Amino acid sequence: MGQLVQYVQSYLKSNQTPGAAGNIFWMLVYIMLVFVGLSVAVIAMNWLERKILAHMQVRLGPMRVGPHGLLQPIADALKLLLKEDIMPTEADSAIFWCAPFIVVLAAFTVFVVVPFGPTHAITDMNIGILFMLGVSSLSVLGIVMAGWASNSHYPLIGALRSSAQMVSYEVAMGLAVVSAVLMTSLNASGTGTLSMIGIVEAQQAQGEWFIFKFFPLGLIAFFIFAVAMVAETNRAPFDLAEAESELTAGFHTEYSGFRWSLFFLAEYSAMIAVSSIAVTLWLGGWLRPFPHWLGGATWDQIFSFVPGVTFLFLSAITFFNVVRMPKHPYFRIQTIGLAGFGAVLGFIGLALFVPGVRVRIQDIFWFTAKVAGFMYLYIWYRGTFPRYRFDQLMKMGWKVLLPMGLGVLLLTACVGLFQQNLWHR
Amino acid sequence: MLIGGILVITRKNPVHSALALIVTLLAQASIYLMLYAPFVAGVQIILYAGGIMVLFLFVIMLVSIDRSMRERQFNSQWVAGIIAATALGGLFIAVYTKGTNIFPDHALPVVENDNTQKIATLLYGQYMFAFEIASLLLLVAIIGAVVMAKKKI
Repeated sequence: MGQLVQYVQSYLKSNQTPGAAGNIFWMLVYIMLVFVGLSVAVIAMNWLERKILAHMQVRLGPMRVGPHGLLQPIADALKLLLKEDIMPTEADSAIFWCAPFIVVLAAFTVFVVVPFGPTHAITDMNIGILFMLGVSSLSVLGIVMAGWASNSHYPLIGALRSSAQMVSYEVAMGLAVVSAVLMTSLNASGTGTLSMIGIVEAQQAQGEWFIFKFFPLGLIAFFIFAVAMVAETNRAPFDLAEAESELTAGFHTEYSGFRWSLFFLAEYSAMIAVSSIAVTLWLGGWLRPFPHWLGGATWDQIFSFVPGVTFLFLSAITFFNVVRMPKHPYFRIQTIGLAGFGAVLGFIGLALFVPGVRVRIQDIFWFTAKVAGFMYLYIWYRGTFPRYRFDQLMKMGWKVLLPMGLGVLLLTACVGLFQQNLWHR
Repeated sequence: MLIGGILVITRKNPVHSALALIVTLLAQASIYLMLYAPFVAGVQIILYAGGIMVLFLFVIMLVSIDRSMRERQFNSQWVAGIIAATALGGLFIAVYTKGTNIFPDHALPVVENDNTQKIATLLYGQYMFAFEIASLLLLVAIIGAVVMAKKKI
């Protein structure tokens, strides 16, 4: 037991990712942590989406199942697990079975290179961003297979439309990514890097997030990527392929119960994955805000209190709602439950004030906070924008975003070359 | 990779063949990884498995497969096939056993860390002409596809 504690402590002082250190035990631990964290994030996204959409539409959302609907995702998961598993006759059973598996595989494998901190990634490939783009393009295959195997025309049309949309916006995404990677090469040696940790370290070395670099080029590239990533994950306003009013439910019409929940899991994981790409490439990854402008040890200290303060703030909101709960005996258990939840958040907040924890957690906290901001944006888009018609969608992908991406790439290359020539005269 | 390849040619359902081809291409990407070429592996996954195979699947799904599934599978050129396969296998074995002076150093240069940078330097420096010719070829293909698909020229 003492040896195990010693082993844990000796690893916590290391400054390498488990992949670089070749340490299989810690790699497995990180993989389990990322998997569990991702599942919790998807469940939380389910609740948050329904609540936030409801509040945007001036209604309350789920309130019955737990206190303020907090147990609603668990109820949904139980329902999906207990539903009857229907497979249409004449459906190609091998492909029908494989399709959700491939989509989930593609959505989860991407997280192997996502950098939560300078040493907090499962591994750091030197083709990190290429790997992420490639594996996320494998989910298109899963969708096509799902639509085909259902042997019915609504899923087939939905799948073909959805995959055409995803393939078109992958091109725009790729161009935006290339122009961001180009900015990593503006250093003394003139070589950039494709590794995710390297990209954030380049932002740290150059002292500004890439979204603000060569204003407005970084901003336009970020905008192209932000639009393309919403289209890539088939979310509003680009969700014609799965819009209920148009095509029943698109490619996952014939899937019921657990298989549908796999598609749902994969969709939210893909959202989190492309948001992590956007955060890493443009918003500085795990860097705290203003890394250079408000630099120095005292500002580091001040910013390191933010995680704990955030959790204490959330727990304060929860306790405020506890006080506002109706004073009827039917609501007693819910009130106690909500108070317990508030206490848990408070404990996490207090734990984040401990100095040792503060230093290591803050990278993960800033990364997660930025990705959470993107998730809120996704839900905001869903509540605000009307849907694009399919031909408008394809027109935008090819005729608007692609030329913009090419233009931004060329201009970024020119400006970067100009800057490099000014340095190394 | 071998299993994927065998499944491609033996399946009756063309969609199953296309999926087996995807498996084969992914196995090829892993072979590239074992040869310390991560960039080529990544690009193989993006372009081949994620792009070209999607197009294959589109076309297969738009063409009715009922007729082709009811046809009897035939293999009437098996003599020529066996001769060609033996010749190719003999060539492989000959290169492997006797051709050790084709590649001067036996071990592969392990250039994994800056593989992408080295490829970029070579591609845009020494082989720039070939790069431009390849992109011109792709442009001709795109123009041809658009012309063939237009309603009126």
